[in-house]
Amino acid sequence: MLSGALIVVLSFAYVGLLFAIAYWGDKRADAGRSIIANPYIYTLSLAVYCTSWTFYGSVGRAATSGIGFLPIYLGPTLMAALWWYVLLKMVRISKAHRITSIADFIASRYGKSHLLGGLVTVIAVLGIVPYIALQLKAISASFSTMLQYPNTVATGSAASLPFLQDNTFYIAMLLAAFTILFGTRHLDATERHEGLVAAIAFESIVKLVAFIAVGVFVTWGMFNGFADVFDKASASPELNALLVQGGASGNYTTWASLTVLSMLAIILLPRQFQVAVVENVDERHLNKAIWLFPLYLFAINIFVLPIALGGLMHFPPGTVDADTFVLTLPMSEQRTWLALLAFIGGLSAATGMVIVETIALSTMVCNDLVMPILLRWKFLRLTERRDLSGLLLGIRRAAIVVVLVLGYGYFHLAGEAYALVSIGLISFTAVAQFAPAMIGGLFWKGGTRLGALLGLGAGFLVWLYSLLLPSFAKSGWLPITFLTEGIFGIDLLKPQELFGLDGLDDISHCLFWSMIANIGCYVGFSLWRRPTATEHSQANLFVDVFRHVAPGSGSRFWRGSATVADLQTLLGRFIGPERAGESFAAYARSQGIQGSEQIAANAVLVHYVESQIAGAIGSASARDMVASVVVEEPLALDEVMAIIDEASQALAYSRQLEQKSRELEAATNELRSANQRLQELDRLKDDFISTVTHELRTPLTSIRAFSEILSDNPQLDAEQRARFLGIITRESERLTRLINQVLDLAKIESGAADWHPSEIDMREVLEDAVAAMSQVCKERNIALELRLPEKLPRVMADRDRVMQVVLNLLSNAINFSDKSDSRITVSVTVEAEALCIDVADNGIGISPADQAVIFEKFRQVSDSSSGKPRGSGLGLVISREIVRHLGGRLWVDSTPGLGSTFHFTLPLRREDAAAEAD
Amino acid sequence: MPRLKPIEPAMAARVLIVEDEESILLSLEFLLGKEGHAVSAARDGAEALRLLEAQPPDLVLLDVMLPLIDGFELCRRIRAMPALAATRIMLVTARGREAEVARGLALGADAYLTKPFSTRELMEKVRGLLAAPRPPSR
Repeated sequence: MLSGALIVVLSFAYVGLLFAIAYWGDKRADAGRSIIANPYIYTLSLAVYCTSWTFYGSVGRAATSGIGFLPIYLGPTLMAALWWYVLLKMVRISKAHRITSIADFIASRYGKSHLLGGLVTVIAVLGIVPYIALQLKAISASFSTMLQYPNTVATGSAASLPFLQDNTFYIAMLLAAFTILFGTRHLDATERHEGLVAAIAFESIVKLVAFIAVGVFVTWGMFNGFADVFDKASASPELNALLVQGGASGNYTTWASLTVLSMLAIILLPRQFQVAVVENVDERHLNKAIWLFPLYLFAINIFVLPIALGGLMHFPPGTVDADTFVLTLPMSEQRTWLALLAFIGGLSAATGMVIVETIALSTMVCNDLVMPILLRWKFLRLTERRDLSGLLLGIRRAAIVVVLVLGYGYFHLAGEAYALVSIGLISFTAVAQFAPAMIGGLFWKGGTRLGALLGLGAGFLVWLYSLLLPSFAKSGWLPITFLTEGIFGIDLLKPQELFGLDGLDDISHCLFWSMIANIGCYVGFSLWRRPTATEHSQANLFVDVFRHVAPGSGSRFWRGSATVADLQTLLGRFIGPERAGESFAAYARSQGIQGSEQIAANAVLVHYVESQIAGAIGSASARDMVASVVVEEPLALDEVMAIIDEASQALAYSRQLEQKSRELEAATNELRSANQRLQELDRLKDDFISTVTHELRTPLTSIRAFSEILSDNPQLDAEQRARFLGIITRESERLTRLINQVLDLAKIESGAADWHPSEIDMREVLEDAVAAMSQVCKERNIALELRLPEKLPRVMADRDRVMQVVLNLLSNAINFSDKSDSRITVSVTVEAEALCIDVADNGIGISPADQAVIFEKFRQVSDSSSGKPRGSGLGLVISREIVRHLGGRLWVDSTPGLGSTFHFTLPLRREDAAAEAD
Repeated sequence: MPRLKPIEPAMAARVLIVEDEESILLSLEFLLGKEGHAVSAARDGAEALRLLEAQPPDLVLLDVMLPLIDGFELCRRIRAMPALAATRIMLVTARGREAEVARGLALGADAYLTKPFSTRELMEKVRGLLAAPRPPSR
């Protein structure tokens, strides 16, 4: 037997631990060492999605509909894949506009509309209060179950007790205290609830650990692993039905609608918006959360079926409520501590949800419902009060208490009407009504305030009529005939078979009709009227948020005048004069100004102040407040359009600029490389001239030196004179040859050379060339051989030029022949379209590196042992130019040490080539 | 036997000519030999270095455009050899630009002669270089 006191003490100790963690988290945040600034804490805080509905309700649902519990977790998993598009955009927008709740978000998107913010708040409160009641019910039910320990038979409900004797009431008030303490510590637009988020993340760990502990105990403690549980369950026909799609687990329509609902819920539930968007520290945390959060969902769902099946097999049918299996299974096995851990896990799931949801709702109630009304009531003279921050905090705190009291009241009055899961789904369907306005607002600039207002209103009314009121009827507050016969007895208006649509479960039915009404009105009325200037500017700021990267870009849509002092006083009234001073100092720093006194009262400042106030009282009220101290010149729609147009022109212009700059860069690069080529050419030309000069000076030097020697030394003997005169003659010839070759090359390169093409017989040309060189070869003991095929087609070419090439190649070959058995072979092969003439020697050869060099001007390959080779260094260059001009090509193959073969081709005329082919 | 100018023994010196152009080498050998100098010849840098080490000359006539090791490099190496501190260097080259003259002198050459040269100018420069001892290394 567990004493109630022990359980109560344990519960309070657990909440105390949360206090400690939250306090520690806040202290760390104040000290600038945030503990929540990492993606893991962020992901764990997102797991506030898993409430007691997950903890207890999944098992309960699995016990009646098998795998039918899954869509609620499939939806978020699917949505997580889209977070990068949807959630990132919401986070970016919310940070840019200091948006603190989903009501504020929607109101701000549609032109900072009070009415829209208020409507969203009302829907959220009405939709969420039952959900909070559900958590309280879970706490209460688990509490009374534990009190029966070790008996597991269901007993009377706590809801039937007067509330002062009901522990649930005290738990609710304790949660209110906690939320007030850590959720409304102070007011500041930039304020996040670091301690609170830390506590929520901790709760996510506790509930996961507790649930897995129970799962492990059931699977391996009571059974022999997963296979055993499922085998035994399959043996029973009723249980087997739970494990297959269709049947008890719901049809496809139900699966689809539950999946869609939960996809929307994961981004639209006020508490999810709070943790995912408002409390987000760093956009990059989304990267990890995208896969880590689905992983968490997977982990917490693994043991749902084993526990549900285990419970169904363990307890006699109908004796134990399946919603309590997580607790009652350990209890029935006398596992006191495991049962207590499960209880704490359930408590953490419930409290985490209640705390975050209450904060989110209180912000909405304060900013979007109460403040706009209070500020409008002139007799309160609120606009004249110096410091409203106290009042704001008071309103929020009151709102927290009121929300919790409402939740408790709902639990107390209606909590027994429905199973846990049904209450949760009613809430999901309510927040799903935000989807068209929200998602449309993110991606469609055409959505207007009127469309959003009427869409939300219509969807809400359908929800109210087809889901909420029937739940009241089922609880006995409305005559049951409301359900069975419809309002006023009109069959078509039967709440759960609207217009005769039956065959759907009540959630799918409501989702279907409410979404038709909602989307229909939203789109229809948005298209009906043109958006106003404010709507248009906000639509642009939201939809194009990724383009408006600079903070304060909203100030583009504002024109007017104000004083800095007025604005600071205004801000001070909402967040306190001290914080306002700090805020202005921060603004000055961000603008790169020395002190607050130098701040200019421009549109950027006005926008900054407005967004700061928006964090405290919501965007719609903030706009009114700022308007009260500045003289605003209203912008007409066409002006807003002009600004947007300007912006998009600027964007297009900047794209053009980018394009131009890219082109310019490319052109610059081209110029640079062209310039490099030119410089290279210039260098080559300089080199050429310098080399030509050198080449000319060399023979000149000998000629001059020997001429002077001869004239200064008349006594020289005849032999020496003859020798010196011979040198002079040879060097003069060399000089002449060089000059001729330079001129020749210049002529060929410039295209000024004379060409005398005729039909020539290569046999005859080559025989002449070989004959001309045979004497030299004989002198140097070189074997010169000519190999010709029997038939040689004639070619069109300039005979003298071809001869020049052949002689040049031959003299090169002779110059580089150094062996005792030197051999030079000239041969011709007839190819398909050309004659190929080869001049092969077995001389010193040319290294691969030099093979390219030899075709450059004045580049001679030489080695130290043989001294400088003879020749001008222009022969090969000229030869290559000639062959190129004749339509062929000239190249070399060589192996150093074994010899070189120079090849050149002369193209055959087509008919010759054809004749050759025959 | 032709009558040669009398040799002045005091002026007789060891001269190394580094030149890859055969006919120019021949003219230089003739001109310096006629003055009574002991002339040796190298046709490339490697051969020059071998001869320089074997018998340090009083004067080196150095062509700049040589295969493999050019005249500038050879000049630098000679100046790096303590044994050749007293050796005078005259660059004889077809590259007559001012920048190249300056470069040669900066590398430690004592005189510079541009091809084609006047034989008289050559001999005057040679006499001048051999008459004055080389100043202690700069």
